[in-house]
Amino acid sequence: MIKRNKEKGIEWLFTALAFSSLVFLTGIVIVLVKEALPIFSTVSLPAFLGGESWYPTAEPPEFGIFPLIMASFWVSAGAMLICVPLGVGSALYLHELAGERQRAVLKPVIEVLASVPSIIYGFFGMVILAPFLQDRFNLPIGLCVLSTSIVLGVMATPTVASIAEDALGYVPRSFREASFALGANRWETLTRVIIPAAGSGISTAVILGMSRAIGETMTVLMVAGGAAVVPSSIFDPVRPMTAAIAAEMGEAPVGSDHYHALFAVALALFIVTFAFNIIAELISRRYRLKLGLSR
Amino acid sequence: MHSASKERGAADFLLSGNGVKSAPGLFGEAENSCIEPKISARGVNFYYGPKRALKDINMDFSPRLITAIIGPSGCGKSTFIRLLNRMNELVPGTRLEGEILLDGLDIVAPVCDVAELRKRVGMVFQKPNPFPKSIFENVAYGLEINGSLARRAIEEKVEDSLKKAALWDEVKDRLRESALGLSGGQQQRLCIARCLAVEPEVILFDEPCASLDPISTAKIEELILTLKKTYTIVIVTHNMQQAARVSDRTAFFLMGELIEYGGTGMIFKAPHDRRTEDYITGRFG
Ligand SMILES: Nc1ncnc2c1ncn2[C@@H]1O[C@H](COP(=O)(O)OP(=O)(O)O)[C@@H](O)[C@H]1O
Ligand SMILES: [Mg+2]
Repeated sequence: MIKRNKEKGIEWLFTALAFSSLVFLTGIVIVLVKEALPIFSTVSLPAFLGGESWYPTAEPPEFGIFPLIMASFWVSAGAMLICVPLGVGSALYLHELAGERQRAVLKPVIEVLASVPSIIYGFFGMVILAPFLQDRFNLPIGLCVLSTSIVLGVMATPTVASIAEDALGYVPRSFREASFALGANRWETLTRVIIPAAGSGISTAVILGMSRAIGETMTVLMVAGGAAVVPSSIFDPVRPMTAAIAAEMGEAPVGSDHYHALFAVALALFIVTFAFNIIAELISRRYRLKLGLSR
Repeated sequence: MHSASKERGAADFLLSGNGVKSAPGLFGEAENSCIEPKISARGVNFYYGPKRALKDINMDFSPRLITAIIGPSGCGKSTFIRLLNRMNELVPGTRLEGEILLDGLDIVAPVCDVAELRKRVGMVFQKPNPFPKSIFENVAYGLEINGSLARRAIEEKVEDSLKKAALWDEVKDRLRESALGLSGGQQQRLCIARCLAVEPEVILFDEPCASLDPISTAKIEELILTLKKTYTIVIVTHNMQQAARVSDRTAFFLMGELIEYGGTGMIFKAPHDRRTEDYITGRFG
């Protein structure tokens, strides 16, 4: 009888642990929504999303997050331009061309690179990259869209490379054999069979890399420059959403409009990254079905 | 069984591997030289790293006959036929000794274009392996990588290949659908169609029915028999009934060695080697 109860207890414990993530997620959403809603009694949703002035501490304050959204958008788009070719290229190289010995070195290096704390990337961007750009392009300040894109792009590269490489690895060897047996060469096999078969997995990698870039905070805080203005060139300093929240939350009095506005920014950010992850999941699920692999 | 097997029997005994016990030819040695072998393996040894997987194989394959290779699992059947289209090159750390001739020319020689070779010597694998593409694209694949055919010609060729593979009627209304939606047996016939589309001269089958149900197996066997008119066929199987049903000649492999090679009727009814007899009567393997 005691033993029965003990088993039941253990079962309950694990069930509770398994559901704890769900609890956390729900909790986060509830808090975000609850703390964000009050701001919309001060500004309308369109004015909030489309307003070009973010002066939360001015008198009267202005809460238009369009510059923050644009900053996040441009910085992430720039990061994509860097991490997609680099990441997918590395994955293809690792998968197709690298010999056993190169793989044995490169794969762990990529994984380590993925786990370098973001503050180190930020530090690198601040003390090396930004002064270099400032010097090279004669800028008033080296912290700008370009510097942020480069740092974020380099940061997201290992994520993209590692997931894309896994996707390539999931392509059954039998496809490769079938292609070779029909007289295809390595290049034809890669471009016509392997990459299409891994295509959805590679797009998942790209989307996850992108959501990493959008959600990154510390680096962005250090290298983006901080100006809450819609950027007109890649050399303009910007203030992406994450940077705004991190920089201002400490100063916004709890319960003030500013405080609620920052929660609304966080909610917008959450919705965007959540959407990216859902898309990634849908794509990778379709891809598994397509390859006939069951979960 | 088909009625032709009786007449064929005698001639089948004739072509045999060098240095391997075989049935005496009824028409004497002279008959041997009349038929040029399509493929000859001469003194073939093959190594996976230090492991010797094939030991001094000498074996000829006659054109437009079906040669079955039987033997217990792990005896080197797959290894051997994968040498005939150089698929083993994809496995790192392997080494081949000896020569393999296709129409008298050495395919192992560095000058031999391996892509060209694989177009002439097609292969159907143990597990059906259609690409995750449409039915049409699967068959067209080999034609498209060659790149010389016009769209219309490709379409005709695809239809023709699917008909030859006895699959056309089942798929003609769904050519644009994914090949992965087909049943296992249909997928295997699709793989055969895909192979036929590049117009090979030799087709290697590596246990093509191993993962199929009896009805699909019967269809594939029937298909292989019709292909015999045009192609030189080598089929690996560890299903002995299958070897007896479809093949003209049978080779028995054991632990990397070719033990016995001769007409199928002879191998199954009156094998010369004790080990062949033991295997066929099910005493091991
Ligand atoms: N890729 C490989 N690497 C190392 N050894 C292998 C490899 N493939 C096959 N072998 C070995 O070679 C022998 C023959 O294998 P195989 O040709 O697959 O046999 P069969 O097709 O007759 O079952 C086996 O002992 C097997 O373990
Ligand atoms: Mg095998």
